[in-house]
Amino acid sequence: MAKQAEKHLAASPAELETYYREMLYIRHFEEKCNFAYRQGKAGGYLHVYIGMEPLAVGWLNSIRKGYDHVITAYRDHGHALLLGSDPVAVMAEIMGRSGGLSRGKGGSMHLYDIDKGFYGGWGIVGGHVAMGAGLAFSAKYREEDRVVLCYLGDGASNAGVWFETLNMCGLWDLPIVFIIENNEFAMGTRLEYHAADTELWKRGLPFDIKSERIDGMDVLQQKVDAQRIIDYVRKEQKPYLVEVMTYRFAGHGAADNDRQLYRTKEEEEHAMLRDPIKLLEKYLIQHNVMNHEKMEAIEEEILKEVDRIYDEADASPFPDLPEVYDNVYSDMSVEEGH
Amino acid sequence: MAFAVASYRDTVRQTLIEEMDRDQDVFLIGEDIGRYQGTFKVTAGLFDKYGAKRVVDTPITEPGIVGIATGAAMTGLRPVVEMMTMSFSILALDQIINHAAKVHYMTGGQSTVPMVIRGPSGAANQLSAQHSHSMEGWFAHCPGLKVVAPSTPACAKGLLKTAIRDNNPVIFTENPGLYGVKGEVPDDLDFTIPFGKARIAREGKDLSLVAYSRMVHVCLAAAEELAKDGIDVEVVDVRSLLPMDTETIYGSVAKTHRAVVVYEDWKSGGFGAEIAARIGEDCFDDLDAPVGRVGGLNVPMPYTRILELECIPNEKDVIAAVRKIS
Repeated sequence: MAKQAEKHLAASPAELETYYREMLYIRHFEEKCNFAYRQGKAGGYLHVYIGMEPLAVGWLNSIRKGYDHVITAYRDHGHALLLGSDPVAVMAEIMGRSGGLSRGKGGSMHLYDIDKGFYGGWGIVGGHVAMGAGLAFSAKYREEDRVVLCYLGDGASNAGVWFETLNMCGLWDLPIVFIIENNEFAMGTRLEYHAADTELWKRGLPFDIKSERIDGMDVLQQKVDAQRIIDYVRKEQKPYLVEVMTYRFAGHGAADNDRQLYRTKEEEEHAMLRDPIKLLEKYLIQHNVMNHEKMEAIEEEILKEVDRIYDEADASPFPDLPEVYDNVYSDMSVEEGH
Repeated sequence: MAFAVASYRDTVRQTLIEEMDRDQDVFLIGEDIGRYQGTFKVTAGLFDKYGAKRVVDTPITEPGIVGIATGAAMTGLRPVVEMMTMSFSILALDQIINHAAKVHYMTGGQSTVPMVIRGPSGAANQLSAQHSHSMEGWFAHCPGLKVVAPSTPACAKGLLKTAIRDNNPVIFTENPGLYGVKGEVPDDLDFTIPFGKARIAREGKDLSLVAYSRMVHVCLAAAEELAKDGIDVEVVDVRSLLPMDTETIYGSVAKTHRAVVVYEDWKSGGFGAEIAARIGEDCFDDLDAPVGRVGGLNVPMPYTRILELECIPNEKDVIAAVRKIS
């Protein structure tokens, strides 16, 4: 009977469970980050991926982890988690602790795990896309079939360096996928107020880059699209641009505490009807892959795991003061004192 | 080690060749460096020699160029970026300062950026206000970068080799007035000069002139004139701004008890001000006079030659500053 059911499934039951777990894992990890911020355990800027989880789950399950390279902006926790970073080190970094991925030098916006192929974690809107192209340039230079995933927001899709980068990627056929996370808002400015053409997928066309728009809320469809596009880029050694229509359920950052300045509650409620986790739950039940009890058990397990991550990260000490001088250069110390 | 006389321009080119032959990960990227042979002809012939893969002609998009080079460097390649003039690096400041210079620190040491950005810095000949900036001081302000400004062909060779072999982003500045300057250059393929080592370009006992890049030559010419009047001036060639060899500078000041810092950049807030402040701060007991400074006029660079020359410090300006505190 199970075999019969699988025939109609978008993925194997084991894969479906993985996606479900990962979606929930990011969701609850992010909720915990917001909690950490409210507790004063995380400072600065903190941007969570709530509502946008399929962008991590769909794409990062379609690459060769540890071989392909991934780079994104500052909404980066989910990427680090799914690429295999130690979650305690991720949370510790967000808390500014010595156990963090960068020993507290980067913070929430600047997560990196180079050994896992994760190149960050960048804070200047649009600034990282050229470096993403550089990762792809390197793959081509070395004649490796590595693919680069470069995420950027809809706000970044207006940045000058992004157009320069698209031109060079189109010109040189660099193996990179630009993933525009169109969550409809550049911070608090709605798409129609910041983009002359709100069909951002068209940004690739003038540069001879194959481009399309896909749905960002249905993780299963996104997985299928991601795999198709990544396979194309790896095989054809050409760039690709995809605009993923998603929605940021949370504010821009933890400090964004009045979302009604730029959108209504009704709009949010409407968007949340397509909460990607709820959509997946519905699918799993309809297709007899999982029942409510199993889902609750998984959620319980993840909540416990996130609690453990939080507590272990919180137990990590702050870095020693002399560490402030470390890592300015790879081979040289810097002058000390004010 | 044998020596051969070569121009600064040819030395930079030859050094690029030697490093490209030594390491396949070294590649050149920039505007018009390949088919067009380079605006200042530094890369002449290299496109024919190495092909489009390793001598990459780019669109005129400095932020994109530096960003791509930075990303490539993070994976271990060793890009040498040519800025057609360092004045254009202003477009790429975000990529240089807010990205490349931050990688090692923000990753907690996980990643490095073995990238060199090189090109002409300072006034050439009537290129006016937008093409004449001395950029070395702007970059030497920024932790995470290394910045050098060699004055002779030999220094250019030794420091460029060190720059290309370094695992951190290096700004390598070439004053356009130096490209035709000739000097003896060692032929050793591994001739390197460590960063943070100044050079005594001329020994003297009465006063220390502290300079870098083309101003070293201006100081040497001034020193010859002053010698005729019995003033024996020492010239310190700083060479490396970040890191800076304060020990050699301070040692010279301890010997001469007087110092004048000479730089082409705008006098106000330029890197010479940093050098002067340090001498004042750390050598107060050695000093018999206030630290002098000679810098560029605090105006945008004018086009017409007579005004351009007025802006750039020359021997007379240096001599006047020396006499003022002697």
